[in-house]
Amino acid sequence: MVKGLCLMGSKVGIPRALLYYYYFPMWRTFFEELGAEVVVSGPSTKSVLNQGVQLAVEDACLPVKLAFGHIAGLARKVDYLFLPRLVSVASREYICPKFLGFPDMVRQTVPHLPPVIDVDVNLYRRNKYLFSAFKEAGKFFTASAARVYLAYRQGLAVLKEYQKLLEAGFMPEEAMNLLTKAAGKKRSPAAFPLSGRSSGQMILAGEEKPMVAVVGHPYNIYDSFISMNILRRLQQAGVKVITADQVPEPVVRAEAAALPKRLFWTLSQRMIGAAFYFLHAGRVQGLLHVTSFGCGPDSMTGELINRRARAAGAVPLLNLVLDEHSGEAGVFTRLEAFLDMVCFRGGKFQEA
Amino acid sequence: MVKVTFPHMGHMWLCVKAMLEYLGVAVVIPPPSSKRTLALGARYGPEFACLPLKLNLGNFIEASALGADTILMAGGCGPCRFGYYAQVEHAILRDLGYRYELVVLEPPERHVGQLLSRIKTITGNNSWKRVYRGIKLGYQKIRAVDELEREAHRLRPREIVPGSTDRAFQEALKEIERAADLEELAAARGRAGETMRSVRIEERDVLRIGIVGEIFTLLEPFANLDIERRLGRMGVEVDRSIYLSEWVNDHMLFGLIKGLRSRRDACQAARPYLKHFVGGHGQETVGSAVLYARAGYDGVIHLLPFTCMPEIVAQSILPVVSAEMDIPVLSLTVDEQTGEAGLMTRLEAFVDLLERKRARKNVEGRICFG
Repeated sequence: MVKGLCLMGSKVGIPRALLYYYYFPMWRTFFEELGAEVVVSGPSTKSVLNQGVQLAVEDACLPVKLAFGHIAGLARKVDYLFLPRLVSVASREYICPKFLGFPDMVRQTVPHLPPVIDVDVNLYRRNKYLFSAFKEAGKFFTASAARVYLAYRQGLAVLKEYQKLLEAGFMPEEAMNLLTKAAGKKRSPAAFPLSGRSSGQMILAGEEKPMVAVVGHPYNIYDSFISMNILRRLQQAGVKVITADQVPEPVVRAEAAALPKRLFWTLSQRMIGAAFYFLHAGRVQGLLHVTSFGCGPDSMTGELINRRARAAGAVPLLNLVLDEHSGEAGVFTRLEAFLDMVCFRGGKFQEA
Repeated sequence: MVKVTFPHMGHMWLCVKAMLEYLGVAVVIPPPSSKRTLALGARYGPEFACLPLKLNLGNFIEASALGADTILMAGGCGPCRFGYYAQVEHAILRDLGYRYELVVLEPPERHVGQLLSRIKTITGNNSWKRVYRGIKLGYQKIRAVDELEREAHRLRPREIVPGSTDRAFQEALKEIERAADLEELAAARGRAGETMRSVRIEERDVLRIGIVGEIFTLLEPFANLDIERRLGRMGVEVDRSIYLSEWVNDHMLFGLIKGLRSRRDACQAARPYLKHFVGGHGQETVGSAVLYARAGYDGVIHLLPFTCMPEIVAQSILPVVSAEMDIPVLSLTVDEQTGEAGLMTRLEAFVDLLERKRARKNVEGRICFG
């Protein structure tokens, strides 16, 4: 591909899918600092998913099919597509094989693609390789290495703020809105309504509503279409919701260390560490494990979470499997029954 | 004394058994994978786990009934699920009440001493020199078995008496199995080759199909419903993208043995379509399809277990390889629901298609040059 410098204001498309929910604030800041305009695909809908289902192979998992749909919708509207190859985002860990091959799958399947910025993000051996990915991406927009570095630093700073907001209990979309608002005023951490919560104990405090933990890949639970708005529905049912992303990293790592062998998937490590923590933390009255049909890592970690939950016995667990055929009615019936059980058990504990 | 068992993968048992018995370790070979094995694995394994895990689990349950108390497994560091198989299988077995010791051979986390001490738990008081000779015996047996398999692939579509190749192959395998050390193995190899040569064949114009995909489904006849023999009986000569000896050479012996086909060539050939490794054999699958097309094969069959992550990446890319290199590709996903009739129908249709394609090409050739 010819890496000619593009004009200022060229459009970079980012699909609202996969690790958008973890890294978008950083990506956006980076490209905007370099003078590009960032275009995100709209929220997931039935037609976005249908388009993805048509493009992707039948055996692909739901999140990949959905991502294909988002990309197909973006393809004609932007000058570049940013689809980093997320090989590894932590030392000695991967994400999932499909993330390793994702840009190639897209390139061979989705028609009418603009140039794809598919830089490798690979921190498997060394953390400092993160910058080299952004350095590559920056070359599309400027010849100035210093400018790219500054944009990268700025992106990292925003990412840090974003992660703090997540840990404080904001859902990704809320946290992103807050960041955008703050960016309008001034970039300073003080602009956020944060109470500096850092330890695992703090997040479990608060009013005496029943608390349900939702554990699942970010692109499944935070996409309100795919998850059928489970998080909102739980909140409306009077339940306090906590997700794996609100558990601080050291707690996750310490809990996951109980496994006989270190897990080599970053996202699963977070899910399993958080789930183990929720199972004995006391405050959590129900655990909802959300997975998509055919998810490879979840088939293994889900099994381990299930076994641990059954052995512990104190916290009821609901396994929810989502796919493109999931019907709302079936999911809600199961969710209601699960909530009834959580509240019933909660009531009994109070009387005893 | 410990009684060691390990999961089935094609003829691997023959080599591991030779290696362990050479070192004086008691070995329990699980009964060959069967419907019962799979039913056990599917009942107790995670629903969305891939087929190999379920078969492994079934193997261990069946081996336990024969007195096995220690599992020898390979491991890995991802991103393919196989790297975590042993731990999940062990947890399931423990909850079912099976008391198994688990020994996982995998790249050490901290230092090489970890791996060596794990090997020592199996090999006991054998000297490292003897361990080396045991490994060499096992490896030579794999080489011998792979040679026989290749020969069987060539003979089957050309045999005059149907079934004669299979009978000779089974007999030859027994020769190899009986050899207790390297000297005996050399003689056994000669006799096995003799047996294979006794199969009467006639020269025919046969179709050639390359089989690519995930290693376990490629190597384990029960998992792929014996696809090589079925195709052979339909008059197709097959080749596999992975033979066990090549895999061992690439992954365990650091490519020390020269002159074998290597994964490097396949990965190189895959680059225009799939630039990065994706775990498992995803990149090799794409690359091997390219190599088969270049070598003039008539078609490619892609085998993968249901939900296999690396192979799904390959599956998404293979249609482009097929179109650009003009080689038909058939993807076959296998799991515990796979039925024989469905598979046969698809194989027959695919072979029909290849035959027509070849006939058309021959006619075109005659018009142009005749």
